[in-house]
Amino acid sequence: MSAENDVRTLTIDEQEVSARPGQTILEVARENGINIPTLCHLDGLSDVGACRLCLVEIKGSNKLLPACVATVQEGMEVSTDTERLRRHRRTILELLFAERNHVCSVCVSNGHCELQAMAQEQGLTHVRLPYRYAKFDVDASHDRFTADHNRCILCLRCVRACAEIEGAHVWDVMGRGIDCLVITDLHEQWGNSTCTRCGKCVQVCPTGALFEKSKIGTERPKDPQFLPYLNLMREAQ
Amino acid sequence: MTIEELEQIAQSVRQENAKYDYEVNVCMDLACASQGSGKLKEELEKSAADSGKRILVRRTGCMGPCSHGPLVRIDPEERLYEHVPPAKAQRIVDSLGGAPIAELQCDLNEHFESQVRVVLENAGYIDPEKMDDYIARDGYKALLTVLLEMTPGGVIHRITESGLRGRGGGGYPTGLKWGTVAKAAGGVKYVVCNGDEGDPGAFMDRSVMEGDPHRVLEGMAIAAYAVGASKGFIYVRAEYPIAVSRLTTALREARRRGLLGNNIANTPFSFDVEIRLGAGAFVCGEETALIASIEGKRGTPRTRPPYPASSGLWGKPTLINNVETFANIAPIVRNGGKWFHDMGSERSKGTKVFALTGKIANTGLVEVPMGIKLREIIEKIGGGVPEGHTFKAVQTGGPSGGCIPAEMLDVGVSYDALLKMGSIMGSGGMIVMDDSSCMVNVARFFVEFCMTESCGKCIPCRAGTAQMHTLLTRISNGTGTLEDLELLEDLCVTVKEASLCGLGQTAPNPVLSTLKYFRNEYIEHIVNKRCPAGVCGMEAAAEVLA
Amino acid sequence: MAAFTPPPLPSDDNRWKIVNGTMRKNGFARHALIETLHTVQQSFGYLDDDAIRFVARSLRVPLSQAYGVVTFYHYFNLKPPGRHTLTICAGTACYIKGADKLLADAEKKLGVKPGKTTGDGEVSLMMARCVGACSRAPVALCDNEVRGELTRAQMIEQLERWTVA
Repeated sequence: MSAENDVRTLTIDEQEVSARPGQTILEVARENGINIPTLCHLDGLSDVGACRLCLVEIKGSNKLLPACVATVQEGMEVSTDTERLRRHRRTILELLFAERNHVCSVCVSNGHCELQAMAQEQGLTHVRLPYRYAKFDVDASHDRFTADHNRCILCLRCVRACAEIEGAHVWDVMGRGIDCLVITDLHEQWGNSTCTRCGKCVQVCPTGALFEKSKIGTERPKDPQFLPYLNLMREAQ
Repeated sequence: MTIEELEQIAQSVRQENAKYDYEVNVCMDLACASQGSGKLKEELEKSAADSGKRILVRRTGCMGPCSHGPLVRIDPEERLYEHVPPAKAQRIVDSLGGAPIAELQCDLNEHFESQVRVVLENAGYIDPEKMDDYIARDGYKALLTVLLEMTPGGVIHRITESGLRGRGGGGYPTGLKWGTVAKAAGGVKYVVCNGDEGDPGAFMDRSVMEGDPHRVLEGMAIAAYAVGASKGFIYVRAEYPIAVSRLTTALREARRRGLLGNNIANTPFSFDVEIRLGAGAFVCGEETALIASIEGKRGTPRTRPPYPASSGLWGKPTLINNVETFANIAPIVRNGGKWFHDMGSERSKGTKVFALTGKIANTGLVEVPMGIKLREIIEKIGGGVPEGHTFKAVQTGGPSGGCIPAEMLDVGVSYDALLKMGSIMGSGGMIVMDDSSCMVNVARFFVEFCMTESCGKCIPCRAGTAQMHTLLTRISNGTGTLEDLELLEDLCVTVKEASLCGLGQTAPNPVLSTLKYFRNEYIEHIVNKRCPAGVCGMEAAAEVLA
Repeated sequence: MAAFTPPPLPSDDNRWKIVNGTMRKNGFARHALIETLHTVQQSFGYLDDDAIRFVARSLRVPLSQAYGVVTFYHYFNLKPPGRHTLTICAGTACYIKGADKLLADAEKKLGVKPGKTTGDGEVSLMMARCVGACSRAPVALCDNEVRGELTRAQMIEQLERWTVA
C-alpha cells in the first residue's frame, strides 16, 4: 500500500485534518486541539464507549457516534459541538448528578473533580431531574484508601486500571442497571481483599469515589498520567 | 447419509404410519400441557390399546390456538377437538370411524383460514423427539441438497433472492448478513442461534425449539456451510427447560445419523452445535451481549462496529440469527427463493409468526403472510376482544415496541409500517389491550422492565430509564405535573439517541407511542388526577388533596 | 510458566464431582464460567461464596469478575431457596391479566418481597421475566408446575397448603 493511502482526510468542526487509518475520532480531534468531553475514556486504558459524553455527529447519518471508539473514515464530516450534542451532554451530566450523592462542598475531590469540572465546562447550572437520594456504603477498611460509593459514576476506570495495567483484576462491577456497584473480590471489604495496594485505581478515579486517606484536605489532585508511560515501557520490552 | 437413505427413512415412517387407520395427535406444548394434556395422552393410549382399532397416539408441538386447549386432532379426518379433559379419552377412541363428538368440536375456520404455515408447517404433525417424523416431512432434504448440489455462494444467492429479513426484530436482510460473514477473512468462524427469546409476551421461538427442534439445526447447518463455519452455538434461555431437553435430544439424534459431526454426507463439510444456557438477562438478546454471555462474561453490549460478522465470538467472524430466521431456511432451500419472495409485502417477504395474547378470544401462535392487516389478525384470527370490553391498543415488539391504537388497525404488518407507527416488529409478541388497560400504567410497566434489564454500562440507559420510571410513577399516582411530562419527553430523546445499544435506544418507545396516541390519558392523570381506565390508584394524589 | 493445578474440591460432597465434570468437559476454559455456575445451582440449589470461589479459582477467573457474572444474571440465587417456590410470571401478557395483583396478594400472605424466602424457610417468592405460556396468562410456577389462568383464590389456597403442611 502506498504512503498516500495511509492517510485519511476528514473535517472536524469544519477544520480539515488528516489521520492515520484506525485512529479514533477522539485521538485525531485532540491532536488538532479540538476538545471533545470525556469521562470514561482515559489515555492508557481500553475504551468502552460507556459515558456517551463524547458522542459526535457525522454528516449524512442520524446516528451519533462515540468519538473514543469510532474510527476515522475518508471524507468524514464530524461535528463535535452542536446544540443537539450539548443538550445530550447536559442531560447525561444531570443524570449522573441525580443518580448518587454528589455534594461537592463536602467532597474530598472538591476543586479537582472531573465530574465537577465537566459540569462547569458544559454550563450545567441546575439539575431538573429528581435526586434519587439512594444511600451507598463508604468502605474505609483499607489502611491507605477509601471507597465512597456515593461519589461513584461507574466509569469503571478503576476496574480497567486494575485488570489491564496492574494485572490484578481485584475490582469489577456487580449487579446491573441502576444497582451496579464496583466491588473488590467477592464483594468483600477492600481492606481484606487481594488488593496489591498499588493505588492505580485511586489515581485514575475521576471523582471522590476512591481517595487516599492521607490526602484528605490537601489540595493535591489525582494524577493518572503514569498510564501512557507504563504502556510505553511495556511495549518497549 | 445420502439423499436415497434419507428417502428410505421417510418411506419407512410412512409405511409404519400406514399401518394405522387413525392418528390421534395430542398437543403437548406448554399451554396444553399445563391443562393436563399429558394425562390425556396416557388415557388415549390406554383406550387405544384396549379398543382393538389401529390407532397411533402421537405427542406433538403447539397446534396454535392455546386458549382452546388441550387440543386433539384426529387424522386423516382432520377433526380438531378443544378443551379435551382426560376423562374424554375413551369417548374419542370410541368415536373413531363414527360421527364426531359435537361438544368437543373446535370450530375455528376463520382462525386458520388466513394463516400460511411455513415456520410452523410441522407444528401439530410431528413428535418433536422423533427425528424420523421430521425426516418423513422432508426434513434434512434441504441440507443434503445444499451439501451435494450447491455451492456456498449459490446458497447465499438463494437466501438473498428470497428477501428473508432477520426475524429477531431488526429486520436486517439475512442474505446480506450471510454474505458478509462468508467474505470475512479467517479460517475459524461461528454460527450462533439466538434463542434468548426475552420479550415478555412472546413465545414463538420456544414453540419452534420445543416443537420442531431439527428445523433449527438444519437451518444452522445450511448457514454454516454457506458462510464456512464448522462450529455452532444455540443460546437458549434457562427459563425454557423443555426446549433445552428437546434440542439436546435432537442434537444427539442428528449426530447419530451423521447429519451433524464430521464429514456430513461424506462431504468435506463438518459441523457441530453446542447448547449454551442463558441465565435471565433480557439484554443478552442483543448480539454483542449474547456473545459476551457465551464467552462466560457479564452480558454487556459493546459498541459496534466492529460487527460480529467480522469480529464476534472470541474475535472470530460470527453469524448470529434468531430461531425463526433459521427455521425459515430449509423451506426456502427446498421451494426456492422466488416461492418465499412471492409471499408478503413489498419489502417484508414471507410469513411471520406472532404470539397473540392479552385481551383477545383466541390466544396462541399464529403464522401469517407479511402485509396482512392488523385488523385481520386481531378480529378474524384472534376472534376480537371478548364481549363487554372494547379494543384499545395492540402492543407489538415487546418492551422496545409501541402501542398501536384502533385507528391504525388497517395498516398492513411489515417492518417498515410498524416502525412508522412508532413501534417495531420485534420478535413477534402481540398483546391486545382493552378499555380496562391504562396506557400510562402500561408505559410504566415497560419502562420498569427496561430499568431492571438495563445492563448499567452506559449512563443514558442506566440512569435515564430509572428517571423515566420515577416520573411515570409520579404521573400514575397523581403527583405528576406538566413540567414532569415535559422532562419525561426530553429524557426520552436523550435515552433514545445517546444510549449504547438497542435496549436503551428503544426503551422510550412505549412512552413515546402512548404519548403519541393516548396523550389525553397522561393529561387526565396530571391535570384531573383521574385514571380513565380506573387502574392507577391515585393514592398519593388523594393524600395531597385531603 | 508453571502448570496450573486446579484447587481441591471444597468437601467430599459428591456434588462437587458433578461440578468438576462440567469444568473438565469444557477443558477448564474461562468461558465455561456460566455453564459451571448453572451446574452448581442445579446441584446445590444456590451459589454461596465458597462455591463461587472454587469455580473461579478452578477456571482462573478473577474473583470479582466471577461475582460480577453471578450478580448480573437474575437466574442465579445467592441464598438457598425455600422448601417450596412460587414463581409469578411478570411478562406483559400476565401483567395485562392481573399478575401484579397476584404478586401483591402473595407478598401480603407470605410477608416477604419477591426474591425472598419466608423466615421459616418454607416458601420462596420469585418473579420470572416470562415463562412463555402467555396464552394462559396470568401464569405462576408452583414448584415448577405451570399453573395457567391462576386466580387469586387458587394461589392463596396453594400457599396455605404449603404453609400448613
